[in-house]
Amino acid sequence: MQEFSVVGTNVTRTHVRDKAVGVAQYTDDIKLPGMLHGRTLRSPYPHARILSIDTSKAKALKGVKCVITSEDIPKVKFGNWRLFPETQDEYVLAVDKVRFIGDEVAAVAAIDRDIAQEALSLIKVEYEQLPASFNIETSIAEGAPIIHDPYPNNISIHRRVKHGDLEKALAESYYVREDVFTVHSIYPAYMEPCSAVANVDYDGRITLWTSTQTPYIVQCLLASTLGMRENDVRVIKPHLGGGFGAKMELRKWDFCAAFMAKKTGKPVKFTLDRVEDFEVGRRRHPMKLYSKIGFTKNGMLTAKDLQIYLDGGAYNAMGPTATFLCGNYGLMLYRYPAYRFHGQHVYTNKPPASAIRGFGSPQSTFCTESQMNIAAEEMGIDPIDLRLKNAVREGDVIPELSKIGSCGFAECLEKVAKMSNFREKRKHPVKGRGVGIGCYSFISGGVFNWFDTQYPFTATEVRVFADGTAHVLSMASDIGQGSDTVIPQILAEELGLRMEDIRVTTADTAMTPQADLGSWGSRVTLMAGNATIDAARKIKEILFGAVMAHFNFNVIHDLECKGGRIYSKGRPDKVLTFGEAVAVAQKFNRGEPIVVRGSYTPRGKGLVTPAFSFGAQVAEVEVDKKTGIVDLKKMYTAHDCGTLIHPQSVEGQLDGSIQMSVGYALSEQFVEKDGKTLNTTFLDYKMPGALDMCESEHTCVITYEKEGPMGAKEAGEGLTSPTAPAIADAVYDATGYRCKDLPITPEKVLKNKKKF
Amino acid sequence: MKQVITLKVNGDSYSLAVEPSRSLNEVLREDLNLTGTKLGCGDGDCGACTVLVNGRSVSSCLTLAVSVDGKDITTVEGLASGEDLHPIQEAFIEHGAIQCGFCSAGMEMSALNLLNQNPEPTDEEIRQAISGNLCRCTGYYKIVDAIGAAAKKMNTKKTKKN
Repeated sequence: MQEFSVVGTNVTRTHVRDKAVGVAQYTDDIKLPGMLHGRTLRSPYPHARILSIDTSKAKALKGVKCVITSEDIPKVKFGNWRLFPETQDEYVLAVDKVRFIGDEVAAVAAIDRDIAQEALSLIKVEYEQLPASFNIETSIAEGAPIIHDPYPNNISIHRRVKHGDLEKALAESYYVREDVFTVHSIYPAYMEPCSAVANVDYDGRITLWTSTQTPYIVQCLLASTLGMRENDVRVIKPHLGGGFGAKMELRKWDFCAAFMAKKTGKPVKFTLDRVEDFEVGRRRHPMKLYSKIGFTKNGMLTAKDLQIYLDGGAYNAMGPTATFLCGNYGLMLYRYPAYRFHGQHVYTNKPPASAIRGFGSPQSTFCTESQMNIAAEEMGIDPIDLRLKNAVREGDVIPELSKIGSCGFAECLEKVAKMSNFREKRKHPVKGRGVGIGCYSFISGGVFNWFDTQYPFTATEVRVFADGTAHVLSMASDIGQGSDTVIPQILAEELGLRMEDIRVTTADTAMTPQADLGSWGSRVTLMAGNATIDAARKIKEILFGAVMAHFNFNVIHDLECKGGRIYSKGRPDKVLTFGEAVAVAQKFNRGEPIVVRGSYTPRGKGLVTPAFSFGAQVAEVEVDKKTGIVDLKKMYTAHDCGTLIHPQSVEGQLDGSIQMSVGYALSEQFVEKDGKTLNTTFLDYKMPGALDMCESEHTCVITYEKEGPMGAKEAGEGLTSPTAPAIADAVYDATGYRCKDLPITPEKVLKNKKKF
Repeated sequence: MKQVITLKVNGDSYSLAVEPSRSLNEVLREDLNLTGTKLGCGDGDCGACTVLVNGRSVSSCLTLAVSVDGKDITTVEGLASGEDLHPIQEAFIEHGAIQCGFCSAGMEMSALNLLNQNPEPTDEEIRQAISGNLCRCTGYYKIVDAIGAAAKKMNTKKTKKN
């Protein structure tokens, strides 16, 4: 283990003062001279052919500066999976057909928002309604309406994983368990509604400020949809009011703002209102999961056969990755001698689902962990013991996919059992009360290059100055998780500087290094952290050489960078300050500034991730006999995220994860009728408030991940996975109702309870 | 037809001609460029737009600007004096109560509203006081801690003054 001085401490987070006093600028706070306001006309039908669009009245309205339909813009399909162009299935504005209620048909820019809104009502669209499908079953049924012509069975992605002899393993199993689980969609509920502002200069270049987690992806896809060169498009991420995975694609308002700015010569802003955001913001995939698992007599897993259908909505969005990932999550916790996965991404006439915190894991892990709990009970084995028997360990190989590095899973299980007194509570049941368990394993970034970038996965530029400061530039996007703090912490640690010596600039495609696919899949700390270390080491090479020459050290001397000084370990009296060393190094190089670039791309890391994180969680509930309401008393969590770079932020991520997952388990869901989302306000969408939160106790199992920067790996995203199965298990313990279709509503509890 | 109103915001008086349909939130953000106050939903459900009017918290998205003519309005920009942050802001920073920061202004104003009326709130009273402010990042835990710590800071300050 390394000793750290900046890493592992709760330094004041970068920009947190700006946020506290209200000067931090978010996209909608941007106001430019002459700025126009954009609004979007959306489809009122879930599936319809567009027969005609008449925009003449809207164009004639006083104050309207621009109205566009698909006829006015390049007809270019886009999507994040550039490696497979056939997966790119969206046009910016509907061509010929609309596929969900809210699908974009036309856009207006006007001198104020009210006029733009009024103009929408003057656009006449003639539709011919088509039969629509709103769930997996009807979409894959014979004779189902075809949503995208190239996919007559409405399945756009197949993903298969297989190892071992599944049939044989199941046939020889002592105990086989087969279950079907259904999980629902949730709204990411970032507090900042999606927003974009575009400006164009008279040389024709575009600047777009947008609430995105992935500025580089937006830059590339905006350029391709506009028919421009990437370097002529600059994308800047201002402060971001939460993303949770839902802001990681080019969105249509990005394009409309940029295109109309170019057309009118004026800045254009689009900000979604909350109802609109509820209707068309990206949401979590509903899934149907069929799982069959086998065990030996003494509780060793023999095989797992997992089939998952993802309800993708009308377009692929990040569905292909979710399809890929939910199959990986199916085998990351336990040792399966044989495993088979078949994932299918299904089109329906609903708003597209995409990457929402956990990215396939909350769904897949609900299935894995619920089934482990069922199996444990039926086999008469303590659920924690059953897990310990089968838990993956450091050095395990997942055939053809990956190898597990640091792994604190078993220790997490032991710790959470102890913290929660799980075994005792199970032995001495109290009427109406229950405890339940769930676990997770998560990725620290993916390794598969679906975006087909020619750059490294991430890169960091570091500049150092004679005043003893450094400037780090990275495309990593701080979306509230704290990467603007973690990256300079890692740099300060490696260069022996203090936080206040580091300036950080991130997420501006004209300034910060291309590469870096943004903030999602818990990739930033590991990947951008490693790139930062790479850059810092290059800086040290330069400075150490200069210091060696300056003091005429024998070449066998070993130098060190610590406390703002550079010196020989053998002659600590011979010392230059960091700034002096920079000045000397610069003079050696005839005044050239010292600028380096570090990068990271996972190579030879298999097909899943460079590093796995783990955790175990116990939920304690009390269920009201009369109302069926589940009162969550306490959550106990033990997790392994490697080295904690900023412990307070790790706790904060964990806390937030619990809130989101409690909502997923108990209260949050979309109410839909014929493809229309009916609950489009926070009043009707039941996201936990401060009074709904339970007590929470947590602990970190400290491991050191060799592939991570200074031992760190994922934190806070995987934790969205164990909560729902833990709560469902606790509800079962209390009531005898085993929930296999989330969420656990009072109605379901009352209908299915067996105890009391 | 526009009406001329006077708003006293963070101690400064502004005479403004506004349409009767405009919300206080729009006037603060668009006319006065006080963008620290956010708009999260426009329905009064999320609390991101919370400001104080004559010392009591309101949702600025549901408050018509003309209805607060002549009244004292405090926004998040009115909390700090220069580089000296308000104890609530200090506590939010120290306790990790701010992640993405979008709910922070509203949370801080609801905290101020609470502490103005109840200088020594229990955790339950704090939770009650911010039950109209939604946050997706923190699970509210560190916000509750921060408000408790702010109360102590403010009480210590008062004691010192006395």
